[in-house]
Amino acid sequence: MAAITNSIFKPETAARFDHLASIYPMKRSALIPMLLYAQDEIGYVSDAVVAEIAERLDLLELDVRNVLSYYSMLRTKPAGKYNVQVCTNISCMITGGYDILDHCKKKLGIGHKGVTPDGLFSLEEVECIGACCWAPAMQVNYDFHENLTTVKVDQILEDYAAGRGKDVK
Amino acid sequence: MPVLVSHPDEVKIISKRFGQGAADIDKYIELDGYKAVQKCIEQGPEWIIAEMKASGLRGRGGAGFPTGMKWSFIPKESAKPKYILVNGDESEPGTCKDHVIFLHDPHSVIEGTTIAGLATGAKMGFIYLRGEYRYLLKIVEKAVADAYAKGFLGKNIFGKEGVDFEIITQTGAGAYEVGEESALMESLEGKRGVPRIKPPFPAIVGLYGGPTVINNAETIASVPAIINYGGEAYAKVGSERNGGTRLFGISGMVEKPGIYELPMGYNLKKAIYEVAGGIKGGRALKAVVPGGSSCPVLLPDEIDVGLDFDQMAKAGTMLGSGGIVVLDETVSIVEFALRTIKFYQHESCGWCIPCREGTDWLKKTLTRFYDGGGNKKDIANIQYLAENMMGRTFCPLGDAAAMPTLGFIKKFRHEFEAYLEGHRTEKHFITTDELIGAGH
Repeated sequence: MAAITNSIFKPETAARFDHLASIYPMKRSALIPMLLYAQDEIGYVSDAVVAEIAERLDLLELDVRNVLSYYSMLRTKPAGKYNVQVCTNISCMITGGYDILDHCKKKLGIGHKGVTPDGLFSLEEVECIGACCWAPAMQVNYDFHENLTTVKVDQILEDYAAGRGKDVK
Repeated sequence: MPVLVSHPDEVKIISKRFGQGAADIDKYIELDGYKAVQKCIEQGPEWIIAEMKASGLRGRGGAGFPTGMKWSFIPKESAKPKYILVNGDESEPGTCKDHVIFLHDPHSVIEGTTIAGLATGAKMGFIYLRGEYRYLLKIVEKAVADAYAKGFLGKNIFGKEGVDFEIITQTGAGAYEVGEESALMESLEGKRGVPRIKPPFPAIVGLYGGPTVINNAETIASVPAIINYGGEAYAKVGSERNGGTRLFGISGMVEKPGIYELPMGYNLKKAIYEVAGGIKGGRALKAVVPGGSSCPVLLPDEIDVGLDFDQMAKAGTMLGSGGIVVLDETVSIVEFALRTIKFYQHESCGWCIPCREGTDWLKKTLTRFYDGGGNKKDIANIQYLAENMMGRTFCPLGDAAAMPTLGFIKKFRHEFEAYLEGHRTEKHFITTDELIGAGH
């Protein structure tokens, strides 16, 4: 790997990427985690992200884009600071997941994959997130929120808007 | 934070440390942690595999393949390095058991992975978690770092000269298909999660071309518990040819949803009505999806059956991932079938035509039907499409979409027919204008 002189990432992320590229029997294995960590920092997988990751892993940009387009958590456009992901798959659907989704749509004034004008929130209807026994559930960024009611959702969104939401990175 | 539940019928072998702070390595050690692996170092690979075979443990991901046998397929001599791959890409709708394992007992996964390494001669293991489980990844990462710090991982583990084992944690980025073992290997190699043609099987040509054991996270977490409990004693807890216990996730319209550890073969009806407290609000039961969304539905008069791989197969469905989804009388099966298919259509990787096209046609037909534009021919067409997907794809995703669809049509044909006549449940969840071409 050529040393990256002008990394677009923060020094700690760049250091994490150096480490990730060194631990696997095959360097390319670091690609998917790297894309996700890059997105966490930049907000989305930008052209500059693709270029730097390709360089770090000795891949073509095409290889990176090919993988990027496959995984549903990776995006090429910015989302809100807090990405609200409401599960509507079977266990959530029958316990009120769609009510939660509709409530979020109204509350935030946006639809599926929409972003609020202030960039604070975005909304997504997502497939099963693995919280079926605590349905209905959603994630805000990486945080799980379970056994939801519309009242609970209001509180959760208010907390994030006020900067009080937990936000696991 | 997921709520923990409990019931007197539970046999807590895998879940015995849940809720006790065992993510902390010292607590884990205090609760008999890392004893099994040390015993395995003393006893050697043949003993380990014999114990696993005696335990009757079968893969908890859904296929139910005997774990001891799977390990025994790994060649003793191999020019290429061997690997252990732990599948924590838990994504089957209705399933959240691994979530609880990673949260409450991550060291059991690390210990189980190390034991699998000792049994097969692999020196490196990977624990792959779905990308959504970031907070769990952090818990597992810390557990791995703590295990290294204690000398339980790395070179000369537990002070034994020449006994080495490394673990790397890995994360996905949102793809159900990656839960399929060969697609998981592709993803771990930094590629699109598309399945590989089999044979060769992973035991011969797997990750990076080396012999690879791929086990579900719950299977691996069961391993140290089995070593401590004794293989034969563990087998006796379960039913015939279905050793031990399993984490069943009961969700949907029950009073006490949650993850319960029940003996294999435990009665499904009892699990719903006693363990999970019965149907919410005292309403009537309509149907049960017994092991994740790919399993054909059971009717209320079909649930007096034991929860093990063989009894469920006899009942015309599958034990699957152990995710039991309970539907009450208010659920529209037409809508439920559409939501199920919408998922598989979204998750089809597009590699095999019967799956890519089949799931898309099923979704389109069901959407039109659900929207009131259906006709009698559609019912036959849905069945025809599903039947022609079965067994015609490289991986089981095509089957996973076809099987529940056929179940819904077979067991609720009357409801599909009544739907055409305008008999519909009032509550409609799905808004189809967003469904068509949602492309998320």
